[in-house]
Amino acid sequence: MAKMKFLCDEERCIECNACVTACKNEHEVPWGVNRRRVVTLDDGMPGEKSISVACMHCTDAPCQAVCPVDCFYTTEDGVVLHDKDICIGCGYCFYACPFGAPQYPQEGAFGARGKMDKCTFCAGGPEEDHSHEEIEKYGRNRLAEGKLPLCAEMCSTKSLLAGDGDVVSELFRNRVVRRQGRQEAWGWDTAYNVK
Amino acid sequence: MSNTNSLNRRKKMMTWTGIVMLLAIFLLPMTGYISTGFATAAEEQVEATNPKSDYWRQVRDNTAGYSAVKGRETNELIQGSGQNWRQLRNGPIAQYGSWLLGLMLAVLAVFYLWRGEIKLSQPRTGKTVERWTLKERRMHWLTAGLFVILGVTGLSLLYGRLVLIPLFGHHGFSSYAEIAKWTHNILGPVFMVGLLSMIFNWFKLNFFNKVDLQWLKDFGGMIGDKHPPAEKLNAGEKMWFWSLVMMGLALCFTGLVLDFPNFDQQREVMQISHLIHVITAIGLIAFSFGHIYIATIGTEGALEGMVTGHVDTAWAQQHHDLWLKELNKKASSDK
Ligand code: SF4
Ligand code: SF4
Repeated sequence: MAKMKFLCDEERCIECNACVTACKNEHEVPWGVNRRRVVTLDDGMPGEKSISVACMHCTDAPCQAVCPVDCFYTTEDGVVLHDKDICIGCGYCFYACPFGAPQYPQEGAFGARGKMDKCTFCAGGPEEDHSHEEIEKYGRNRLAEGKLPLCAEMCSTKSLLAGDGDVVSELFRNRVVRRQGRQEAWGWDTAYNVK
Repeated sequence: MSNTNSLNRRKKMMTWTGIVMLLAIFLLPMTGYISTGFATAAEEQVEATNPKSDYWRQVRDNTAGYSAVKGRETNELIQGSGQNWRQLRNGPIAQYGSWLLGLMLAVLAVFYLWRGEIKLSQPRTGKTVERWTLKERRMHWLTAGLFVILGVTGLSLLYGRLVLIPLFGHHGFSSYAEIAKWTHNILGPVFMVGLLSMIFNWFKLNFFNKVDLQWLKDFGGMIGDKHPPAEKLNAGEKMWFWSLVMMGLALCFTGLVLDFPNFDQQREVMQISHLIHVITAIGLIAFSFGHIYIATIGTEGALEGMVTGHVDTAWAQQHHDLWLKELNKKASSDK
């Protein structure tokens, strides 16, 4: 069975934020919420590097482990999804997530959290595929159409890769061999317990 | 001859002076290069580590970078403390917490079976004295009621997934948990007001002294037939008070940190707050079992004081003799 993974090649990311915009537009995510973001380290200095990050769909997902209402589930493709009808907006998944993926639309005063929103690997949610409810709550379900996440599809330098973990890592390995670098799949040890 | 000699010498001196000055003009500004040269050499030594691995270290150490997406810690890539929080919360805290609460209940049950209710040793006199004013009782019951609600809703978030989801199903538990979350978040600050007013009003009654030492030595008359002397509040009540002061204030403060996430407090702050919040809460809940037991089925006549405000003098004589004596003294001096 495929295990979906994200990989961001930090040698290629040019911090154009196209992935961020593509995601925001495709899923019409709530105001104040961004499912993906690009982080630049040593910005403006020699050796500056950027990485695009969203939910990594962890193998042993911390968010899933701490959710008090147990609203997460992992699909057959290894995508970590959650049920917004069950989520109570407690914020625990945000405390636990290593990648800062869970976001909350503000609901009411004093920063009270609404239902959690995060990257779905363009795989929708528990509602019926392509139903109105699914699009409303989770955005589009590209996986059900046989397409991969839009952020990676849009990436002009093919820095951001998304798909079956084996395929992605093979692609990346070849790339690294050709440029004679060291293979360092960003965040994979944290998310998937592999290097 | 001597004249030409001295002229030559002067010429020579001038030439040398000229050369030295020229050299100085060219060389002195160069000292800047020399010193920076040394500095960069030293710097190179410091930065001799692999820049690539430095970079990955930065990624893991949640070093703040730049992100066009603004928000709480959006400029960090990986935060490691979340895993620690998860392991502490799901592991030892949930486990030992449930043991502590269970153990406390078991001990009380066994104690009740063994000792039974501590009866009044003398028949009631029918005369009563005032123990708690209406204001004090209101304060107590408001805080106590909120304590129970907050305790139940809070424990539901910690243990509900294990205990309540199998009973009510995911959707059923979720609807309850949603209400529980809002109730907890809104009543929390109100509880804090109740707690603070109790602390301020009863502060003076709660200093420990020699009487308390003796009371503790005699286990407060819980074991054996002795009735150690006590003032208005005995050592047990004072201990309960001070745990409420210390743990209760920590509980309230961390509760505020968690309740108002709009100040952009960092995740690590919230993780630590949450841990302190759970630990102090479970500690106080365990302690409250003891308090509730002693004040209800554990001691005949104890609950009357907090319900009606008055207690029988026989009860007062048995449990708080020094307080009764003082009351009598005051009453006779008033006459
Ligand atoms: S990246 Fe965060 S939200 Fe996504 S699966 Fe991992 S812990 Fe959960
Ligand atoms: S915010 Fe929602 S998804 Fe996250 S832990 Fe709380 S209930 Fe679960």
